[in-house]
Amino acid sequence: MKTTTLQHKLWMSATGLFLCFFLVIHLLGNLQLFLPAAEAREKFSWYSHLLAGNIIIEIIAYVLYASIITHTVHAILITSKNTEANGSKYEYDKRGEASVWYSRNMGLLGTIIFLFLIIHFKDFWYQYKFTNLPLDAKGNKDLYTIVVKAYQQLWYVLIYEVALIALGFHLLHGFYSAARTLGLFHPKYVKWVKVLGWVYTTVVTLGFMAMPVYIYLNSLS
Amino acid sequence: MKLNLKIWRQDSFEAKGAMVNYPLDDVSEHMSFLEMMDLLNETLVQKGERVIEFDHDCREGICGQCGMMINGRAHGPLANTTTCQLHMRSFKDGDTIYIEPFRATAFPIIRDLKVDRKGFDHIIQAGGFITVSTGQPPEADSILISHKTAEAAFDAAACIGCGACVATCKNSSAALFTSAKISHLALLPQGKLEAADRVINMVDQMDAEGFGHCSNTEACEVECPQAISVLHIARMNYEYNKALLLK
Amino acid sequence: MMLDAKIPAGKLAEKWDNYKEHAKLVNPANRKKLDIIVVGTGLAGASCAASLAEQGYSVKSFCFQDTARRAHSVAAQGGVNAAKNYKNDGDNVYRMFYDTIKGGDFRSREANVYRLAECSAELIDQAVAQGVPFAREYGGYLNNRSFGGVQVSRTFYARGQTGQQLLLGAYQALMRQESLGKVKTYTRHEMLELVVIDGKAKGIITRDLVSGQIERHAANAVVLATGGYGKVYYLSTLAMGCNSSAIWRAHKKGAFMSGVSWIQFHPTCLPQSGEHQSKLTLMSESLRNDGRIWVPKKPGDERVPKDIPEEERDYYLERRYPAFGNLSPRDISSRAAKERIDAGCGVGPMKNAVCLDFSKAIKEQGKDKIKEKYSNLFSMYEKINGINAYEQPMLISPAAHFTMGGLWVDYQLMTTIPGLFALGEANFADHGANRLGANSLLQACVDGYFIAPYTIPNYLADEIKADKITTDHPAFAAAENEVKAQLEQFLKIGGHLSADHYHKMLGKLLYDKCGLSRSKKSLEEAIEEIKQLRASFYKDLKITGDDKVNSELEKAGRVADYLELGELMCYDALTREESCGAHFREEYQTADGEAVRNDKDFCFVSAWEWKGKDITQELHKEPLVFENVELTVRSYK
Repeated sequence: MKTTTLQHKLWMSATGLFLCFFLVIHLLGNLQLFLPAAEAREKFSWYSHLLAGNIIIEIIAYVLYASIITHTVHAILITSKNTEANGSKYEYDKRGEASVWYSRNMGLLGTIIFLFLIIHFKDFWYQYKFTNLPLDAKGNKDLYTIVVKAYQQLWYVLIYEVALIALGFHLLHGFYSAARTLGLFHPKYVKWVKVLGWVYTTVVTLGFMAMPVYIYLNSLS
Repeated sequence: MKLNLKIWRQDSFEAKGAMVNYPLDDVSEHMSFLEMMDLLNETLVQKGERVIEFDHDCREGICGQCGMMINGRAHGPLANTTTCQLHMRSFKDGDTIYIEPFRATAFPIIRDLKVDRKGFDHIIQAGGFITVSTGQPPEADSILISHKTAEAAFDAAACIGCGACVATCKNSSAALFTSAKISHLALLPQGKLEAADRVINMVDQMDAEGFGHCSNTEACEVECPQAISVLHIARMNYEYNKALLLK
Repeated sequence: MMLDAKIPAGKLAEKWDNYKEHAKLVNPANRKKLDIIVVGTGLAGASCAASLAEQGYSVKSFCFQDTARRAHSVAAQGGVNAAKNYKNDGDNVYRMFYDTIKGGDFRSREANVYRLAECSAELIDQAVAQGVPFAREYGGYLNNRSFGGVQVSRTFYARGQTGQQLLLGAYQALMRQESLGKVKTYTRHEMLELVVIDGKAKGIITRDLVSGQIERHAANAVVLATGGYGKVYYLSTLAMGCNSSAIWRAHKKGAFMSGVSWIQFHPTCLPQSGEHQSKLTLMSESLRNDGRIWVPKKPGDERVPKDIPEEERDYYLERRYPAFGNLSPRDISSRAAKERIDAGCGVGPMKNAVCLDFSKAIKEQGKDKIKEKYSNLFSMYEKINGINAYEQPMLISPAAHFTMGGLWVDYQLMTTIPGLFALGEANFADHGANRLGANSLLQACVDGYFIAPYTIPNYLADEIKADKITTDHPAFAAAENEVKAQLEQFLKIGGHLSADHYHKMLGKLLYDKCGLSRSKKSLEEAIEEIKQLRASFYKDLKITGDDKVNSELEKAGRVADYLELGELMCYDALTREESCGAHFREEYQTADGEAVRNDKDFCFVSAWEWKGKDITQELHKEPLVFENVELTVRSYK
């Protein structure tokens, strides 16, 4: 047996679904940003500390990094094979009429998300991990202040919103596409997964999108 | 009606091709698309030019030999229709129509609109059959197959092998074609015994032929003349994963 | 020359068993040394090639299409007959044999037809084992429906795509043998000449339709399974590429042609809508199970069919043939339609059609039930005409469909050239003067799966000792030169008319003068006109392009053959001074327009021998002997 297209797809779907799962945890934790400022500061920084200090979380974090890298690498491999398979281009191409735009542009959406992740990691993850942040009342690194400060800039909020919209469409196609790759073929369950995918995508995307906006609007008042 | 046709001309696989303009008068809306092409070729013969080569045979949507990209869509603007079933009433007087061959690395151009789809044969050769020889098969009704299973198997088996799925796929993937055969045979009790080997071999062959990955855009189902469901691709994946784990 | 059909001795029911028990065999070790060429990859060709390869012979398979799966068997819709008696409605092998003999108007061999019925049950077993998804009852058992010309339900079907599903079964078997290296398939190759050495078929000359290369292929036996020549009419239900070239060129090398004028006009096709038309699409005969056929009573009725009230409709089949009604055999239904259309009662823009009406069936069974049975046919109708047939009647009309005639073969399916076999529609064997619905898939499959695998080895058993012929033999060079000369001639003529032009002219001429009905006068005119047309063809033909991929050049060769075959059709029809099956001579009919057969003078199979270019061919006769059935007037009233 050779390493086939389908095996690449399996890696894509396994890592993709893990990242989907991670987003839920990330979202749940971040919901604390919606608490009143003082409480939010304390809880958010405590939670960040908890994540950073736990061995299980540590392991999951490495799986997370590996997933992002694996997902990206296989995406590149697949794309290059697909480009090769395409051969010469159509002179007049309206193939797009037969499918939805985001399903055809997963690579583009993924690239936007990847670029966004660089900013996101640099501004929060890197700062938290590798720089000396001021401590809060309980002695935890005060990530909350960093976050709030960041989202007080409009352009920064806009970058986030755009990236999160890209993420939303990426999830919308990715979630059920992953289920297909894993072999979910029964029409009844396929329908459920599609609904679940919509619910999941809407909640996660809108949830994340609300945070920068909420903080920005708060800062205005 | 009058049409302005822009058609891909290419002498051979090695030669460079280009779009060429052909104005055409006296097209009737009752004509099928291929009859319109016949008319054009008739005028080319009159002018002493080489005719436009295109594949076609049964002209009733079942042999799978015809297939062109018409205005950027596989088999033209209608969903689930072969090129031969497309009629000129789908176009308007004065329209410009772009006509190109099905393009994919695995479908090399032979001449003009003719492409070589041997890759499909090779995929079937890799395992798209039930290993039974002519001889003394068991009594047909000794194998019971539920109405539902027989209908589902038929839905997959209806594939005509035209290649529109590949042509319309942004990845030039043959997943719909391959999965239709895998699904047809995996559904039936006669085909189950070989299911694991079949799926591995056919997927390997699909790759070897140079087709791309399936990224579930589902365009293939829209263009497929037999409206073969993309869920067969999911079933192929299921059979493949099962074989991967258990074989 | 005496034609010997080599029918085995014994009782009718025992003949085939007798043959099989005594047929000669080839040692397994010797089989791979024997090459067999199979031309055509339809049901007969693919099944024969696969079955012989399974036995161990080395097989070369040829088709002009881009893959073996496209042969026109793929387009058969309705089903395949088999005497399984699953419905317990009184079916058995004898009844099927009798229906087929009677349906063919007593112009076929008893032994052949009996064998066809006998092998039918086994074919269903074979197809199911290959994974053909036939329709099933809810309990999981196979389902049947009934077809024209019979009173039992013996037709097995896979929706409206039975031919496709059977063909894919055979194609997959062929692909399996190719993957095992036992078969080599040559797609986009057209056979242009048969090579005969010392009176035996020893190979073929082909043209690679991509490179234009003329190739030589040698073999110990050659099988032609190249289908029928109904496309001679240009407008027909056949595929555009269907042609007679393989059998015609074999004919010119010495294989006799039989029953050439027996051509079936299928009653349920889409009518011609204009001069541009290239094809008359078939709508499955199964539609006649639930559809009722009618025309307006009043000639020249201009109303839209659905506005014509019940009492002003003439259900002419139910009226004329109350016992079989809308399920009357094809020749009778087609002729009855033509009679009404000629009487001025036709409907549609060109007044050339009759109505096939489902309103009663929809009322009685519900739209869903009708949809389940025929949805693909209704949607095909809508795709072609843009009309929803659930709401108004379909317009249908007879069209050239199936050729009962073909190469003369004996009981072993061998032609008059030893080593040359003809299978499926390419031979004349089993259908007599008219074929019953759902018998053509059957015949093609039975020939390929069950007969040729016994009879070809029987021939080959004696070929082991013969000297191996290679393509260096001068006969190959001669045949190749002939082919090259003809192609060069086509390219050089430099006239001003396309091959299609001649094809259309010939088709129209044959429809008018050698179509659903013929007369001495019309046939004599046709022969003259064809001669003129042929002369013009070699003077005014224009072929553009080069000698590589060139569909015009391909067409020219096919049309050239049709221009000769069409003439023979007329001679065949002219010399048969009776009406039988699909062959209806206007001079031989009863007062109410029914056919009058003449068993005293014409109970034979015609077998024409090619005598040379522009020389009238010689008619041989193979008398038909009926020992088991009584020749009766075929009545469906």
